[in-house]
Amino acid sequence: MTAARFPSEIPKAEVLFVIGANIGECAPITTDYIWRCRDNGGRLIVADPRMTPITRNADLYLPLRPGTDLALLLGMLHVILRDGLEDREFIHRYTTGFEDVAADAKQWDPRRSAEIAGVPPEAIEKAARWIGKSKRAILMHARGLEHQSKGVENCSAVVNIALATGNIGREGSGPTMITGQGNGQGGREHGQKCDQLPGQRSLADPAARQYVAGVWGIRPEELPQPGYSAQEIMNAIHSGEIKGLLSMCFNPLVSLPDANFTREALSKLEFFGVIDFFMSETAHHADVVLAGSLHEEEDGLGCSAEGRVIHWQKSIDPPGQARRDCDIIIDIAHRLGRGRYFPFKNPADILEELRVASRGGVADYYGITYERVDQQKGIFWPCPDLDHPGTPILFMDKRFYTHDGKAHFNKAEWRPSGDPVNEEYPLYLTTGRVVSQYLSGTQTRRIGALVDQYPEPRAEIHPRLAQQHSINDGDWVTVMTRRDDLTIRAMVVRTIRPDTVFIPYHWAGTRSANRLTHRTLDPRSKIPEFKVSACRIKLAAKPDTSDDDRPAHRNGTSQGCT
Amino acid sequence: MFGYEFYIDPSRCIGCRSCLQACEECETHRGKSMINFDFIERRESITSAAYVCWHCDEPTCAQVCPADAIKKGDDGIVHSSLKPRCIACGNCVTACPFGIPKMMEPEQQMMKCDMCYDRTSAGKRPMCATVCPSQALAYVQPEEIARRKERPTNIFYFGEQKITTKVFMMAPAERDAITLDVVDYMWEEKHELAATIE
Repeated sequence: MTAARFPSEIPKAEVLFVIGANIGECAPITTDYIWRCRDNGGRLIVADPRMTPITRNADLYLPLRPGTDLALLLGMLHVILRDGLEDREFIHRYTTGFEDVAADAKQWDPRRSAEIAGVPPEAIEKAARWIGKSKRAILMHARGLEHQSKGVENCSAVVNIALATGNIGREGSGPTMITGQGNGQGGREHGQKCDQLPGQRSLADPAARQYVAGVWGIRPEELPQPGYSAQEIMNAIHSGEIKGLLSMCFNPLVSLPDANFTREALSKLEFFGVIDFFMSETAHHADVVLAGSLHEEEDGLGCSAEGRVIHWQKSIDPPGQARRDCDIIIDIAHRLGRGRYFPFKNPADILEELRVASRGGVADYYGITYERVDQQKGIFWPCPDLDHPGTPILFMDKRFYTHDGKAHFNKAEWRPSGDPVNEEYPLYLTTGRVVSQYLSGTQTRRIGALVDQYPEPRAEIHPRLAQQHSINDGDWVTVMTRRDDLTIRAMVVRTIRPDTVFIPYHWAGTRSANRLTHRTLDPRSKIPEFKVSACRIKLAAKPDTSDDDRPAHRNGTSQGCT
Repeated sequence: MFGYEFYIDPSRCIGCRSCLQACEECETHRGKSMINFDFIERRESITSAAYVCWHCDEPTCAQVCPADAIKKGDDGIVHSSLKPRCIACGNCVTACPFGIPKMMEPEQQMMKCDMCYDRTSAGKRPMCATVCPSQALAYVQPEEIARRKERPTNIFYFGEQKITTKVFMMAPAERDAITLDVVDYMWEEKHELAATIE
């Protein structure tokens, strides 16, 4: 949900609560809007096991243990309700389910939350009171909150705080997920997900199936039922249920958890086709590789993290035999005998279909055209008509996307991580990103200046933990989990909890952090728990890297593929 | 120039180094960045800072140059050394109170930030300020900077030496000691770590 359409709303907030979002490194251009909010007198609260760059100007910092966000959020809701800071009128008029959630929050006094999250009860009280007493609060989260086996509960707990304080459907307020990639938001709207149809419709909804099948000129029965998510696909390949795979711009050897499992799975495929712009590590397992295009090489519309549909203009042609991704897909459809459903000549034709297919859905694109997007510098969905201006802030009318039009409190119940710490594995491992690398590194690990900026993953550890193991900055350290171990250099910094190890995940092979992570999924979102693993560490000798994939330094010899 | 001034605010820097990359891409000195960038003390803190040249009204670098190779234009921009004149003695590198000039190898020439003279002299913004996502390096009109919490200043004291500059530095309205250890913000019930938050 992007109830607060940042960044334009951010400077208007009185309080910004940022949990599990390394905005400075993963959404850098959002930073200036956060600083503008502070210039306007707004307060910044950051909850993260590490001091990320924006923490330098935080008014309150909550260094919680990995995977304990829910305990913190429940404690904050407890304080808001205990101190009578909730918005009674909003709750009464526009929501359902409050009593159930309020009764549950009663059990979470800040001291209980503090014991689990490892931050002072006084700090939990302060964060809750700042939000509860403010007129406008924005609660921002990203993968740190979501990539957990209870990610949906975590997000519900954020929404519950926003609903309890009436911080939704007005300027400078709202719960806000910072979606990731260029079109990461759009992917949730166009029907790319295994359980969705265009317009954020559900593939399991009979009415939605009927409508979209009509748009596509097929019978609803011809549509599949909701399918597997990314990790479930890999599990099904490993078990032999899925035997063929066609993937686009997907590097699961680096980006999915338990990389050794992923490698085993890929080797079992009877057919594996890859569409990608570079030869990723995963593409090396493919039977057929089709050279696709970068976004600079293909025109089209996408949706930004703020829910604004924008125009990505092509600036160069794909080189050599590389082709536009849409042409590759259309050609495959023709070879499969389904060409009549793909009569598109260019991306604008595809938009015409999406406009109709999304019409009446939550993410309604019907009023969006290339001309309007260019004239208005982007249009916020829903935009149901050609004369509709778009919707810069959601829920201003206090009508929500539910059957009764009310916002629903959802109870978020505490449960432990899928890979709990114990005496054998007493530390938390959390993974994430660095500013100079992007996702699985297929693009950024081949750009010399970016490689120089952060050439290889380092294990961030606190000096107190380092001392226990006689580890100095730059020493080799082995990080062990229940899956595998990894030997990389240590980075000893006072900016991480002493019970936590952080490793960025952008690399492959012997430097892959995802060899250590586990495949526990959130039961509803099916997102793996990248952010919480149990681990232990020890001082190590320099590993044998003779068969390693070294980085392509600008002054060294490139290995070709990254 | 054109109503715009350059403002540096290290407290807004997030360490992304976009400014270095953008500076390196400039056609006039490709592959060499004129930005000065530091993590203040990475072991202790995530604070970082990126600087361009302050372009002093009376540039120390030019005053100490024995070859008269460093020139300041009427517009206040202090340029890289003139190649035919520079003898690569390094006096300017040693003398600059801000640590800006860089001795380039193998050119054997001092080079420094010229505020993207090719761009700013034509009314365009400098590369670094164009890409800076947190506007720690900002090239804006004074009205815009007035909206910020911090105040701009272009007066510096280095011991006895008073320096005034073309580029402004944002200074905090009030100063506070900054606690940098994550442990200071943590809490554990029966542990040596006592809650220290006020």
